[in-house]
Amino acid sequence: MTRYLINRLLISIPTLLAISVVVFAILALAPGDPMAEFATNPAITAEVRENIRRSLGLDQPIYIRYVKWLWAFVRGDMGFSFNSRSPVVNLILQRLPTTLWVVGTAYLLAALLAVPLGVISALKRYTFFDQVVTTLAFVGFSLPTFFTGILFIIIFSVQLRWFPFIYNSTLRVTNWATFMAQVRQSIMPVMVLVLFQAAVLMRFVRASMLEQMNRDYVRTARAKGLRNFVVVNRHILRNALIPVVTLVALDIPTVFTGALVTEQIFRVPGIGALLVDSIYRGDTPVVMAITFIYAILIVIFNLVADILYGILDPRVQYTR
Amino acid sequence: MSASSSTLSQTTAPERPPRTLWGDAWRRFRRDKLALFGAATLIIIVLACVVGPLVYTASHRQIDFSRAQIPPSWAHPFGTNDLGQDVLARVLRGGRVSLSVGITSMLVAITVGTLIGAISGFYGGWLDVALMRFTDLFLSLPQLPVLLMVIFLFRETLRRLAGPETGIFLLMVLVIGSLNWMSVARLVRASFLSVREMDFVLAAQAIGAPAHRLIWIHIFPNVLSPVIVAATLSVGTAIITESTLSFLGLGFPPDTPTWGRLLFDARDYLEQAPHMAFFPGLMIFLTVLSINFVGDGLRDALDPQMRLR
Repeated sequence: MTRYLINRLLISIPTLLAISVVVFAILALAPGDPMAEFATNPAITAEVRENIRRSLGLDQPIYIRYVKWLWAFVRGDMGFSFNSRSPVVNLILQRLPTTLWVVGTAYLLAALLAVPLGVISALKRYTFFDQVVTTLAFVGFSLPTFFTGILFIIIFSVQLRWFPFIYNSTLRVTNWATFMAQVRQSIMPVMVLVLFQAAVLMRFVRASMLEQMNRDYVRTARAKGLRNFVVVNRHILRNALIPVVTLVALDIPTVFTGALVTEQIFRVPGIGALLVDSIYRGDTPVVMAITFIYAILIVIFNLVADILYGILDPRVQYTR
Repeated sequence: MSASSSTLSQTTAPERPPRTLWGDAWRRFRRDKLALFGAATLIIIVLACVVGPLVYTASHRQIDFSRAQIPPSWAHPFGTNDLGQDVLARVLRGGRVSLSVGITSMLVAITVGTLIGAISGFYGGWLDVALMRFTDLFLSLPQLPVLLMVIFLFRETLRRLAGPETGIFLLMVLVIGSLNWMSVARLVRASFLSVREMDFVLAAQAIGAPAHRLIWIHIFPNVLSPVIVAATLSVGTAIITESTLSFLGLGFPPDTPTWGRLLFDARDYLEQAPHMAFFPGLMIFLTVLSINFVGDGLRDALDPQMRLR
């Protein structure tokens, strides 16, 4: 187990390096100049522009810039945003709570909804309930989030006027009234994400349950005369949830970068929105940092999923 | 030869067509109501987008501010947009673009995935290790950010190289396809690994069949069913990806309607003209839903374990 872990950790380092090279190369080789907006500004002469380039380190060859960037990143220094001139770390930390609040709540709710629904619909396979739930799940994950978001705005904001459709990030939660306002403005973005995530998870739970339900150990448990509730909860569910836990672990990186599209629709100022804005502005350091953090998270949680799988399921043998 | 065999089959099994693999699959597919519904809807949508603009002759470009934002009526079944353009005509036109982006990027993804998976599974060894590392690398790339980045940074170049529409089309198809082949590669590799060891491959090898013949004539047909299912589902993913990019304003130029672009344009008029957003969104939803139904049905129909029933 330890050997396997060390092995995997060692393999993930070249993977991460390769990703950082790919992302850096895309950004560096792209046509277009981060200084383009200064070029149109008559107040800035060519000489000043050259100085700015030099102060940002843009006059050096690509590989030197890469090594410098990588070394700084390893030490936790992500550089300065071209655009706002503040450290990238601060920009990200500023946006993180909003993203974690909206996307985290959504993920939690989705799991709380999906597991019981998936279990019940597997137990009552081919009944009316099962058919309704599976059809709804199909609809849920075929609905792109940008369309659900727009539908929610049309129905709940424009027609019914229940919720505001623009997320107010300056709102501070100090008392009950502001807390309720916070909840009200979060409901729509959260629900959009819940609908999609719950649909995906629920299908997965159901399939996993169905796979376990006809196993021999279930028949043994029933033959021993255990109550149905015990068989389902202690025997089937435990085994069925193993792949589900892995799937959830693999999905966690998306919680951090946030649901890019959903944040864009409701104008939630989270990390996803920061990324999109930075891409539009050609703010290379911010784009590079967010993309790379995301890649790190993906690699880490892949590893976590593997380890969790081994802990939860003793039959899994770590070879290699 | 053919005459004698047909008389022979007539005497042994009278008036019963031979059961073929695809015949069996079709029979099972037909029993799945949702899959049939999906297939029917999909055919209607495709026909509407291909033939529709020839029948429904309203212009999708003509601007008329005096008729802006009219709700659905007989003259304009889907209403008009903020410039007074007919939404139905734009939805049909947009469907052509969205569907062709979906299908072409599926072809890119399937081709790359099959090639890599086949080579990796057939040859094994260091080639397999290298290709699988490469696949893992692509799987760890943050998809949407990379997509946004590449499209944003390179669209000007391609626009200059191949014109505004073809340039973006090529870029979209290539980028969406090249970020979508990994699961296919893994699927194909896994199937190749198991099929490679079977006796009929050994037999073919013994007669002296060259590698490319072993791969494409002997092994590949046996791994076709999971590839077909993956191909179907990936059209849906590609359509959603294209719409997402267009919705974030990074897609085709404004005068080329795609379903995602129409939604993007409608975003600022949700209060006055919700129909502008509703119809293109509905088309995306219906298309993706039916593709998913068809894919699910195909998965069951082509499953070798169900074949005996």
